[in-house]
Amino acid sequence: MAVIETAGPVHIDQARRRQTLVIGWLLIALAVFVAVVFGAEAYGDATFRLALPGDMIALPNLVVPAAPYNYVVAALLAFFGARQFMRGAARRASLFLGIGLFLAVTTFLVWATAGKEFSLTGMLEATVVRAVPIALGGLVGTLSERVAVVNIGIEGMLLSGAFTGAIVGSLAGGWIGLVAAIIVGGLMGLALGALVITYRVDQIIAGVAINLFALGLTSYVTSQVLTVHHQLNNAPIFGAVDIPLLSRLPIVGRVLFQQNIFVYGAAIIIAAATYYLFHTRSGLRARAVGEHPEAADTLGINVYRVRYINVTVGGMVAGFAGAWFTLGSVGRFDINMTNGRGFIGLAAMIFGRWHPVGALMAALVFGFADSLQQKLAILQTPIPSEFLAMAPYIATIVLVAGLIGRARPPAADGKPYIKD
Amino acid sequence: MRQETLSEEALTRAAVSRFDFEQLAIVPVLAVVVAMILGGGVMLATGVTVPMIGQAYLALFDGSFGSLAAVSETLTAAAPVTLAALGIALGFRAGLFNIGAEGQMIVGGLAAVTAGFSFHGLPLVVHLPLALLAGMLAGAIWAAVPGWLKAATGAHEVITTIMLNLIAVQLTSFLLRNPPLQKPGRHDPISASVLPSAQLPKLLTWIDPGLRLNAGIIITVLMVILVYWLLFRTTLGFEFRASGLNPPAARYAGMRSGLIIVVVMAIAGALAGLAGANQVLGVLGRASPGFTGGAGFNAIAVALLGRSHPVGVLLAGILFGALDAGGRQMQVMAGVRIDLIAIIQSLIIVFVAAPLLMRAAFPWAFGFNARRQGGR
Amino acid sequence: MDIELRGITKRFGSLVANDAINLKIRAGEVLGLLGENGAGKTTLMNTLSGLYRPDEGTIVIDGKETRFEGAGDAIRAGIGMVHQQFMLVPVFTVAENVVLGVEPTGRFDHLDLAKARQQVKAISAEHGLDVDPDAVIEEVPVGIQQRVEIIKVLFRSADVLIFDEPTSVLAPQEVTEFFGIVRSLRDAGKALVFITHKLHEVLEVADRINVLRAGKVVGERDPKSATEAELAEMMVGRAVRFQVEKVPAHPGRPLLETSNLAALDEREEIAVDGVDLAVREGEVVGVAGVQGNGQTELVEALTGLRPPVRGTVSLLGQDITRASARERHRLGIAHIPEDRQRAGMIGEFDIAENMVLDSYYDEPYSHGMIMDWAAVHNVCVKNVIDFDVRTPSIYSLADHLSGGNQQKLIVARELSRDVKLVIAAQPTRGLDVGSIEYIHKRIIAARDAGVGVLIVSTELDEILALSDRILVMFRGRIAGAFAAGEASLSEIGLAMAGATA
Repeated sequence: MAVIETAGPVHIDQARRRQTLVIGWLLIALAVFVAVVFGAEAYGDATFRLALPGDMIALPNLVVPAAPYNYVVAALLAFFGARQFMRGAARRASLFLGIGLFLAVTTFLVWATAGKEFSLTGMLEATVVRAVPIALGGLVGTLSERVAVVNIGIEGMLLSGAFTGAIVGSLAGGWIGLVAAIIVGGLMGLALGALVITYRVDQIIAGVAINLFALGLTSYVTSQVLTVHHQLNNAPIFGAVDIPLLSRLPIVGRVLFQQNIFVYGAAIIIAAATYYLFHTRSGLRARAVGEHPEAADTLGINVYRVRYINVTVGGMVAGFAGAWFTLGSVGRFDINMTNGRGFIGLAAMIFGRWHPVGALMAALVFGFADSLQQKLAILQTPIPSEFLAMAPYIATIVLVAGLIGRARPPAADGKPYIKD
Repeated sequence: MRQETLSEEALTRAAVSRFDFEQLAIVPVLAVVVAMILGGGVMLATGVTVPMIGQAYLALFDGSFGSLAAVSETLTAAAPVTLAALGIALGFRAGLFNIGAEGQMIVGGLAAVTAGFSFHGLPLVVHLPLALLAGMLAGAIWAAVPGWLKAATGAHEVITTIMLNLIAVQLTSFLLRNPPLQKPGRHDPISASVLPSAQLPKLLTWIDPGLRLNAGIIITVLMVILVYWLLFRTTLGFEFRASGLNPPAARYAGMRSGLIIVVVMAIAGALAGLAGANQVLGVLGRASPGFTGGAGFNAIAVALLGRSHPVGVLLAGILFGALDAGGRQMQVMAGVRIDLIAIIQSLIIVFVAAPLLMRAAFPWAFGFNARRQGGR
Repeated sequence: MDIELRGITKRFGSLVANDAINLKIRAGEVLGLLGENGAGKTTLMNTLSGLYRPDEGTIVIDGKETRFEGAGDAIRAGIGMVHQQFMLVPVFTVAENVVLGVEPTGRFDHLDLAKARQQVKAISAEHGLDVDPDAVIEEVPVGIQQRVEIIKVLFRSADVLIFDEPTSVLAPQEVTEFFGIVRSLRDAGKALVFITHKLHEVLEVADRINVLRAGKVVGERDPKSATEAELAEMMVGRAVRFQVEKVPAHPGRPLLETSNLAALDEREEIAVDGVDLAVREGEVVGVAGVQGNGQTELVEALTGLRPPVRGTVSLLGQDITRASARERHRLGIAHIPEDRQRAGMIGEFDIAENMVLDSYYDEPYSHGMIMDWAAVHNVCVKNVIDFDVRTPSIYSLADHLSGGNQQKLIVARELSRDVKLVIAAQPTRGLDVGSIEYIHKRIIAARDAGVGVLIVSTELDEILALSDRILVMFRGRIAGAFAAGEASLSEIGLAMAGATA
């Protein structure tokens, strides 16, 4: 009788192994760095102010003896690093890297604050605020790339939203300004969709064109009209809205429950987007369009329409996020005020593995770096602020290069869908 | 059943189709015209009266080609953007999106300015090439890094080059606020001035000392010829084009795609770095934040408009130089802000990159039926 | 459900893919739709399943004229198509793939995956199609993926099931299982259409056969009385010879030898698992096997495009295991790649540029770094005439050539130089019969001139026609070796399924 062989595939996970070792060396290098730079040069205690006026309980200051703390963390990092070289380490490699990086950042803070005082809660509050445009920008990119449309034009869409919010807000008040910004953002999204889906413009080029157009148009109108008619560039700012009771909790209260509607709106939008993408029928179809548009087509799903809808809704989110720059922050529009935040949003999207919540986490990290940069100037640290500003960019490059984990975008990303 | 024997002469007859001509000539020209018209529309919407629009466009033409001074300004502005665009076009040919020309220009300019003020007592024939080479080298490295990352890890060059652009801006701020680059005695971010022995000589000062045209334009034309020769007459150019059109086929033919990516990016970066050096050594004499004037981004439009062909890029670069020079005149004479030019430029990109759109909107300009393909 | 296609015509530019086709599909019957590559079978079925709209003609369902505006309409009408290339989203689970497009939902558009799983299990049980609803598609073997496609179609209450070349990815054992499923679906009252170009399969499973040629229906036959030769003649329009005329081989010394060769695939899993093979001068060695058993990776390892992880490759005794593709090319190895559009030529290059695609870096086509285009053009003209590449000019873009002429261009490029060994992967895939015959003739001519030829093909008929020795690959290993004329089809088929009798 014939015998049928059933040989299974042999898994040789070379990439995983290499990655684990890289992370191991990285952690050990980090440990040495922390010990030598942060541990040795830390004098005195770092005092972190946690309480703010209005808290229901006034927390005492967190006092950390700088040098001992840093040496302990360095030892811990070295241990994590050494662990990577043992068998079975691959499974938790990314987790330990994340924890290690977090601890390293705390040592940096401790070192910078050694001998001085510093409002930790204030910085956390600023982190959340700064994270809003980045997280939403990342969401815009996610919504678009999940249906396989690369959106480089987030920067231009944010700028358009900011501009519209400022002008319409000056004329008709904050709420109408906000609605107008959302509509204009949606129109920009629609334009990107039309260019890319119907007219088959290369997606990168379309994004670059949208950025240039938005920058040009907003700069032109600002310098041509707004410098003369100041009253058109004087929008109201949405103030902070206290959530009763919760806002008086120590630390969390100020950070999470005493923000303006942009922060609350962002949280709601991100939650809604997550539900949409992963728990609804439309979300399943959208993701199918992004992974295998031909399959979706054969099942009667209108690939073009799904792409249009997602990109336009993404544009609306961008409009809302853009309005934050004016209606949620300074109330007037300055030329190029988004200053690259749209691109950081792209980075957050990649970091977050094309998941709305992932992008939020990444945005918080970037926002933290951003507010840290400001505080460092106050603390008079010897590190130039520019290097801290560079950190998110370098981190994105490292991630995109797959040096720590492979970032896998939707399979059909970047390719137009052409039906015969 | 064999057809009659093919004659050798018949086989070597060139095969040029009408489609090619449309792509190469009609679309770009139409794009520019439509963009200008829409620009007029924007002006109308912001309260500029129709006669003023006419004045504005007249000033635009006058400021770009209306006098020797105008032509001098046009070519001065054209040189850096053309150089950077040559690099981007080369990248496009090899299938790479080098959005990082701006960052490469920046580091090229910084390196050139550093070489420009650091060496005393060198003759022009040594110092100037040295400074130019410094700029090219810096740009090449800044581009080779994302190239190497793409070759080694597959990291998409759009993201990495965008990030490097942002890093370059921060780097500029840092370097220009500290010695050794910062000009001694100043607290604002501005570099020390380039020594006369490293400056690109002005070409037309014997006619009128105020004319700014510098030798950079000669270098630009030389580079156009060099890039043409490289692309179409060398084995390296053959490999670039093959890799850009069909990477798997190039690989199967034995071409080392990783090496090609790095080499193309390095050359593109060198060209962009040269553009930055040109700006610093020929026009400004020093570096300060924003010294590129966004030329690295405009260069993308120029490369697209020029259909990634060196000669096309030169023509498109001159056009953009004209828009730049004319735009300044327009602002002075007609009071229309120069930012309008950015709008026109972005519209040109859209129209050139969307031939289907042009065909749908202007079917009479094209030979065959405007069949609208795409969504319902 | 009975369907009639009346006068269906579909054009793509100047090409008439379907020309006034009349076809009847009846419930409880398996219709075999036979035709060679390019006859118009897939186009016709894409029209029936709503992906294309016919330029002329109508679709009549149970006596009523119907028009489909898209795939959704056809699905709703009860027509289900199982495509040749599976339409499954790799990162989704089985259940998600099955319900995509007709998902069970709750409030607020909530996707009810629990219900989806249940429904998949129900259909699984009813038709004996065993699958795990939570398995991720890209991790599941091809035979299971096909079952998922069938469940997909049944999930949509299809009464008509169309299978487009369903056995092209299955081993002979899996094919038998598949035919069992087809028969049980027929007995359950479904109408089935079975598109193929494989004569013996259609004779085995169909109740009625329609033959398509060049966009027209050329005849209907009863499988009980039809012969393979008759059907083949209808398919190509003239008497077909199954054998290429050739003299017996006189093999010389060993040319290519591999020892325990192993290589990984894209997913870093073993694809070539310890292969020992040899090709001698003046002989044709054919490697048969179902697609996906490591043939692609084997060819890449032999041509220098994929570094082996174990073992050696040598040419005339010289170790070339680590040699680059270019070095192997210089040593006299020619490679005809399996996907000409993707890897064999550059569509937007002209014919002259394509002719020197893998030799441009050497004299006389270039001197150092400078290309000598005059020399290129001279050689190109000569080759185009020698190898019968039909083109108006050597400056025409390769894209403008027909498939057959593109392949002839590649064959011209590879065989016109001084080569010792030719490695040809799927050399006649998707070509018209005239081109296939021409290329087979050139391969035998090369063999007779003393060149060693290694052919890798999933078309068993081609292997049998050309080879002096036949190897069968299964799961990365050589599962059988036969001399031509010694092996029976069933022996080879069993080896292809991994069975060792």
